Amino acid sequence: MQMLYDTWTVFWRDWVVLKRRLTKFILARMVAPMLYLVAFGWGLGRSINVGSGSYLDFLVPGILALNSMNISFNSITPVHAERIYHKSLEEYILAPIKPASYVLGKVLAAVLRSLISSAIILILAYAFGAHIMLSPLMLLVLILNAVIFAEVGFFAAMKISTYEEMSQVNTYILLPMSFLCGTFFTTQALPGVLRLVIEALPLTHTSMLLRSLAGGGGAEWLSLSVLAFYALAGFYLSHRAFAKLAA
Amino acid sequence: MIVIDKLTKSFPHKDKQGKQTEKLAVDGLSLAVRPGEVFGLLGPNGAGKTTTIRMLTMQLKPTAGCIAYGGRDIYSPGEAQRVKNRIGVVPQHVNFDQDLTVGENMELHARLHHMERAERQARIAELLNYVELTDVINDNVRRLSGGMKRRLLIARALIHKPQILFMDEPTVALDPQVRRRIWDLVRGLARDGVTVFLTTHYIEEAENLCQRVAILNKGKLSALDTPANFKEQLGKFTVEWDGENGREYRFFGEKEAAAEFAGKQEAAGGILIRPTNLEDVFIELTGHKGGL
Repeated sequence: MQMLYDTWTVFWRDWVVLKRRLTKFILARMVAPMLYLVAFGWGLGRSINVGSGSYLDFLVPGILALNSMNISFNSITPVHAERIYHKSLEEYILAPIKPASYVLGKVLAAVLRSLISSAIILILAYAFGAHIMLSPLMLLVLILNAVIFAEVGFFAAMKISTYEEMSQVNTYILLPMSFLCGTFFTTQALPGVLRLVIEALPLTHTSMLLRSLAGGGGAEWLSLSVLAFYALAGFYLSHRAFAKLAA
Repeated sequence: MIVIDKLTKSFPHKDKQGKQTEKLAVDGLSLAVRPGEVFGLLGPNGAGKTTTIRMLTMQLKPTAGCIAYGGRDIYSPGEAQRVKNRIGVVPQHVNFDQDLTVGENMELHARLHHMERAERQARIAELLNYVELTDVINDNVRRLSGGMKRRLLIARALIHKPQILFMDEPTVALDPQVRRRIWDLVRGLARDGVTVFLTTHYIEEAENLCQRVAILNKGKLSALDTPANFKEQLGKFTVEWDGENGREYRFFGEKEAAAEFAGKQEAAGGILIRPTNLEDVFIELTGHKGGL
């Protein structure tokens, strides 16, 4: 019970900040999806054949996946500045709370931001004429994906010591995943070894699951299990990294 | 009662040849602080004061040795939450949440210490009034002046009514008026029974506030006593003059002896007889010039 209360306290802090900036947050979250939808959905997409359905219908689940990844990762990276520059992380280290409460509170706040952003994309996608089937499983996949990348961001924020290195996570990990993990095209188009590597990454499973669910299909249990595994492993590593800070 | 026994902390360090070694920041420190005491840890920069405070507040695990509050080792399993509820920390640097207002920063601290809504609201109002910051409760912390931030750090550390307050250089870089206001706050806390453990390199601060002072030099305890005893031991009167190697000092137990010595130094310039202060003690023990 105490742990839940502490998790809520950590979440409450992020909610206070988000509430204050909600309009700016929503407007900023609309820019990238609009560009993707216009450029790849309307523009380039008209000349791309993806079998049944339009390229826009193929594209939207991919945009949802990569956007969920980016938003959850970037929502949690301010923890890095709180640890290294502002030192405000000390407030949590000195508090009588369990490290797990802090990690959970931060991850949940990132998940909330990610879900708000996903909702904006869905609204825009419908406005652009996409055909997307919504389901509770789709919500679960989006939550799992946000949890995983919030944990990646958290772990990086705990381990990396400079701002420059932090931005390199974006460049070397998130950016290649954004393009290669089945977001804009199917992983079947990739050469053998690269395909094996890419299909082991969580974003690929998120893209595949979202695409299947959005088209009215089912969810692959293997993909769901992979996402659950990444989420649990990410929590373990994040928790361990934060607990090490608190002596 | 705070009991520190053979406290040691070393950090990985590369020597001149680039070989990986260990560097001792705190070296076998042992001392005890009585309940309700204002205790000062004095030392030049790099003496190990902040490292000591970080170990005392569970932010840094000691390499060796033991710290006990009320007879219980703070690093024994299951102690962390109890200890963190009993201590308050005023850090050397300003570490507020930059995205929150004054009131929200206070509220966050109160929530993290499991205070009920009515209790935390009353306590926040009381403390902001105590440090005269009620008017800025809705301002972002970034808008506060340096002195206001320092007072807010103290108020925040007191929300959960800690029995022990750790203050790491609480008045660093503040003007004299603000420093004196903070001293008044610390004296008030001591009157209320809070044990205050502070580090400072302002000698005047230690002399004005602390009942006892430990002098730390290169991680080791050089001396521990009351400011009055330190001065008594060195000699209550100081003669200083311009010597061949700069300003020189001699210490005397009696004023007459100091006057007699000064009389023999007629050729020297800038001769002065004055009461010995803690800065004289500090310089004698550490070889460093402390103070402002």
